[in-house]
Amino acid sequence: MTDNAAIEVRGLTKRFGDRTAVDNLSMTVPEGVIYGFLGPNGSGKTTTIRMMCGLLTADGGDGQALGYDINRQAGEIKARVGYMTQRFSLYEDLRVRENLNFVARMYRVRDRRRRVDEIMEEYGLAERRNQLAGTLSGGWKQRMALAAAMLPKPKLLLLDEPTAGVDPAARRDFWDRIRDMTQRGITVLVSTHYMDEAIQCDHIAFILDGRKLLDSPAAEVAERSGLVTWRATGHGLSDLAHALDGVAGIEQVARFGDALHVSGLDEEALERAIAPYRDHDGITWERRKPGLEEVFIHLIEKNRGRNGEARKDQA
Amino acid sequence: MFGFSFSRTRAVFGKEFIQLRRDRLTFGMIIGIPLMQLLLFGYAINSDPRHLPAVVQTRDPGEVSRAITAAIETSTFLDFIGEVQSPTEADRLLRTGEANFVVVVPEDFEAKLIRGERPQILIEADATDPVASGGPIGAMPQIVESGLAHVLKGPLSQLQPRQTPWEIVIHRRYNPANITAYNVVPGLLGTILTMTMAMMTAMAITREVERGTMEALLSTPVKPIEVMIGKILPYVGIGFLQTAMLLGASKLLFHIPFVGSFLPLSAGVSLFILVNLALGFLISTVARTQMQAMQLAFFVFLPSILLSGFVFPFAGMPEVAQWIGSALPTTHFIRLVREVILKGGSMQEVIPNIWPMAIQLGVITLIAMNRYRRTLD
Repeated sequence: MTDNAAIEVRGLTKRFGDRTAVDNLSMTVPEGVIYGFLGPNGSGKTTTIRMMCGLLTADGGDGQALGYDINRQAGEIKARVGYMTQRFSLYEDLRVRENLNFVARMYRVRDRRRRVDEIMEEYGLAERRNQLAGTLSGGWKQRMALAAAMLPKPKLLLLDEPTAGVDPAARRDFWDRIRDMTQRGITVLVSTHYMDEAIQCDHIAFILDGRKLLDSPAAEVAERSGLVTWRATGHGLSDLAHALDGVAGIEQVARFGDALHVSGLDEEALERAIAPYRDHDGITWERRKPGLEEVFIHLIEKNRGRNGEARKDQA
Repeated sequence: MFGFSFSRTRAVFGKEFIQLRRDRLTFGMIIGIPLMQLLLFGYAINSDPRHLPAVVQTRDPGEVSRAITAAIETSTFLDFIGEVQSPTEADRLLRTGEANFVVVVPEDFEAKLIRGERPQILIEADATDPVASGGPIGAMPQIVESGLAHVLKGPLSQLQPRQTPWEIVIHRRYNPANITAYNVVPGLLGTILTMTMAMMTAMAITREVERGTMEALLSTPVKPIEVMIGKILPYVGIGFLQTAMLLGASKLLFHIPFVGSFLPLSAGVSLFILVNLALGFLISTVARTQMQAMQLAFFVFLPSILLSGFVFPFAGMPEVAQWIGSALPTTHFIRLVREVILKGGSMQEVIPNIWPMAIQLGVITLIAMNRYRRTLD
């Protein structure tokens, strides 16, 4: 067991009926980082998080969160972990202040009134203190949920797709706050399927169909994937995309705005494949590091096959 | 630190109370339904109505006829709407329903009466609704008697009928109109408490699951027992409120006598409320949505109305129905309330109705606690 791991789990498994939602998953979340937990919908992210904070009992495996056994010390973990659910789960028919008061009471927060006022101030909720939670916009609901999770001053924050349905400005504000927290030594585990958010993470784990496919510091993801990417810009990209699709040596062709990303695992094969188009008029080619998106699509296709075979596990 | 926390329990209670207060529809239902049902069952479903329209056809005008008419006028069973001259006119009124009763005073009635020939008075009643007409028919001899009592006095007082004291006796002892209402109140109290207590708790808990707030609640250090007590307590209060309201209104509107004592009644009510709350909790461990919870509650509610002795007399039900009825808390509760309120049953006397409910409470609570999910599994 590592000394400076906020979470460390080994062989975590969860079955629902005959479907295995999480399959022998091991991972280590270092202290004080933003740990991105990525994967498509139904890949087992929520189930894993719920097992980590004692909301679900694991069918197999063990581990610790903040030094407490996830199978036996759920109570200790719950008292020290802030958890933000995927779906808004505060009371829509209570006011903002009433909701926060309630949460504070559940955690038996000391000096409750002062702490609730403080957190409302910190999250800009003071003006909306008497508004019913159900009447808040998506962004405000999310901010309030984050405030509620932070009320008991947790050392570890588990955020399950926190920015779903939130506008870009609110998302940016949210990530700024998350970044601030890690500065103060709080560990944040955040699940998402937005690539622009994944980039913000210090460390990334990618899971698919309950199995972990990649676990690496964010900076090393591209390198570890072994993927080579060429970027084409200019005119006639749609025709080019058609022409390249299915050519030997090319694994994926993806359109990114005004550019085309062509990726493959074998550097030479890829270059051979695009060679006939290198001198086309109006198209500029440039080699670049593969983005997270290419890596993840690569991982999904590698594991499921291009046409999505072996998808029967997916929810 | 991880023991039972009173302040957390109180916080759940407080939260539940605020939500309840803000949910206008539910709150309206809690207050409105008992009153509506009481009025419905108490007034509309009156198996022994009064003030049925009656006419008099007299072929022997005189003091005696006037006395009989006056007696009908003062009777609450009948409303005197006029005199008719011919049998055809009387028939028409009966057929159209303008009158439910025709009292015919035959020719020479007064003379025959004085001569002691025991003349007859003919009463034609619209018996299409036997329940409705039963009361006034039964009361008719006494109405006539009371009318004639004013006439047959002085030198004629010797002619006052003496051989029919039983009519007077019956009239005083039985008040059929009241018996209906007497039986409705205990049954109504039982069914209303069953419905609101079991259904409200079941829905309050499944609502948390359905809206996703249960996940957040379970992710806090709150204990299941704290959630359970905190969520249930407001409804215990509501149960007592409904009971007080219903009994108060019954006394005010239907003048139900309350001959029993407070202790056995409150013991019975408390136990019955707890049984139903436990039942609601059990339902919530089975139902995934509020809709399912409501359907399950109705599954319990309907037999509680039909097989508890409220709608059909218990002794008249087939044996199987009696078995099912005996398994329902409502059956025992209705018996208890009838016994206490109407007959003045003591604590000692209601024990046979207390223990079945106590057993039901134990069994239901045990199953519910076993089924309660501490996690989201």
